Amino acid sequence: MAIFPTVVDTAAAVRSGARRAVDVIDEHLGRVAEREGEIHAFNLVLAESARAAAATIDAKVASGEDPGPLAGVPVALKDNMCTRGVDTTCSSRILEGWKPPYTATAVERLIAAGAITVGKTNLDEFAMGSSTENSAFGPTRNPLDISRVPGGSSGGSAAAVAAGFAPFALGSDTGGSIRQPAALCGVVGVKPTYGMVSRYGLIAFASSLDQIGPFTHTVADAATVLEVIGGHDPMDSTSLPRPAMSLLETLDRGVEGLRIGRISDLPAGADGDVMDRLDAAFAALESAGAKIVDVEMPAYGYGLTAYYLVAPAEASSNLSRFDGVRFGLRVAGESTIEMMSATRAAGFGAEVKRRIMLGTYALSAGYYDAYYGKALKVRRLIADDFAAAYQHCDVMLTPTSPTVAFEFGSKGDNPLAMYLCDTYTIPSNLTGHPGMSVPYGTGQFGLPVGVQVLAPALGEPVMFQVAAELERRAL
Amino acid sequence: MTVSERIAAADVRKVAKLARLALADDEIDLYTVQLADMLEHFADIDALELDDVEPMTHPFPLSNVFRADVVRPVLDRDEVLAAAPAAQDGRFRVPPMIEES
Repeated sequence: MAIFPTVVDTAAAVRSGARRAVDVIDEHLGRVAEREGEIHAFNLVLAESARAAAATIDAKVASGEDPGPLAGVPVALKDNMCTRGVDTTCSSRILEGWKPPYTATAVERLIAAGAITVGKTNLDEFAMGSSTENSAFGPTRNPLDISRVPGGSSGGSAAAVAAGFAPFALGSDTGGSIRQPAALCGVVGVKPTYGMVSRYGLIAFASSLDQIGPFTHTVADAATVLEVIGGHDPMDSTSLPRPAMSLLETLDRGVEGLRIGRISDLPAGADGDVMDRLDAAFAALESAGAKIVDVEMPAYGYGLTAYYLVAPAEASSNLSRFDGVRFGLRVAGESTIEMMSATRAAGFGAEVKRRIMLGTYALSAGYYDAYYGKALKVRRLIADDFAAAYQHCDVMLTPTSPTVAFEFGSKGDNPLAMYLCDTYTIPSNLTGHPGMSVPYGTGQFGLPVGVQVLAPALGEPVMFQVAAELERRAL
Repeated sequence: MTVSERIAAADVRKVAKLARLALADDEIDLYTVQLADMLEHFADIDALELDDVEPMTHPFPLSNVFRADVVRPVLDRDEVLAAAPAAQDGRFRVPPMIEES
């Protein structure tokens, strides 16, 4: 695999004046020019504004002004994050051509830290999917094997980092949409604790589950980015009232004495090559001085059902705002209701319609208690399982994805087959806990396997501590 | 409940109307089958004893999140309306909402 520049090295070089930001941008845009045609990571490449921003950074460095901790570092943004005056589509026809009147808080913080947006990345429409095949603008291909998917829904962001188009990207994770594509593309992907990163300006899919996080090549890069984008934002009423965490200081601590949870009743379904890598990860941590502890999580396997009732229910409400009145597409109709119904039928793709239908049904009179109400109770059981498990361990390891990157079309027309990709990632969205995927060697076809590190709420420091050890041992 | 009892085409039409989706007949047929399949799979939670379990709507209970009651900048009206499909006189323009009698 090619070795591309990291966030930490790039920022250090630009800040010290060793490299000009304009040269950093040109280097990355050069790789975009070379491979974007076959990969399609981006819905929009922002070459001109990126070069202008880089020139501004270089001028700051020249004048001795602090250009920020991410000075000159290119970033690719998932195209469901609002960027003022710049097209933001969610890879949906219904938002094609819409230019938001404001910028997401996480993006504002990156820009203020000196990062430079090089493009808006492709996703499964409205972040609904696990392969980026559901984009209205065509699929993204996995840079490691273009006959295979990059995962999803943040497939464009994962592919952009894996292809060296940017040292880091932002994605959003509602049921695994950062961690699963990170695993399939061989990069690091983090879903922080719910409320650690502001959701202001992230176009909502399922508001009680969505969380923004980074894709990077290294654990240290992910920590660096989270230290910038994390922390309270008054514009998001679910933002936790606390500052960003210090994570870089945890990376060299090792794992001596830590208790690593192994879920003895982990839901079946992961391929043998993936489980082999997970076993190797446990062995590596044990040899590094950690203690492996078996824990039981009897409700873990019910997460899929709870998620596919809760997330579509929330989505059916959130996506009601796309009605042809305020944003994007409008299809003419005799009355407002006809206009709205025609606009939504024409503007949403099949998977989005399916989830709106499922969510509307699960919330409708007569079915609420049987479906949505029950799903919320299962969510509680899963949270109780996690609480009990963390009495005995500090973090847990699971596979991130049940398989390595799969071929296009291989899940067929059966939505459930695709949903099973999220079995191991979903529970931490339901509970709001952090989770991250760390590349840990290769499985079938020489494709990367990700190991998922799970930690309790606000457990990012210990999660990064363990992830850093896995990264050292994977080399 | 059997699969066919879980959801029928008539239910799907009603849901589509609630969701403001003008679906074609073939979409109604497709979603009837697919929703029935999903609901069948989701019946796995029927095996759980849930009577005494408190529902969990949100990861963390933050309540009464207020800001100071002071005027602060809001989105620019012209910029917001420029991004809308139709606007007139500083407002969003929509087709008739009430039929003329």
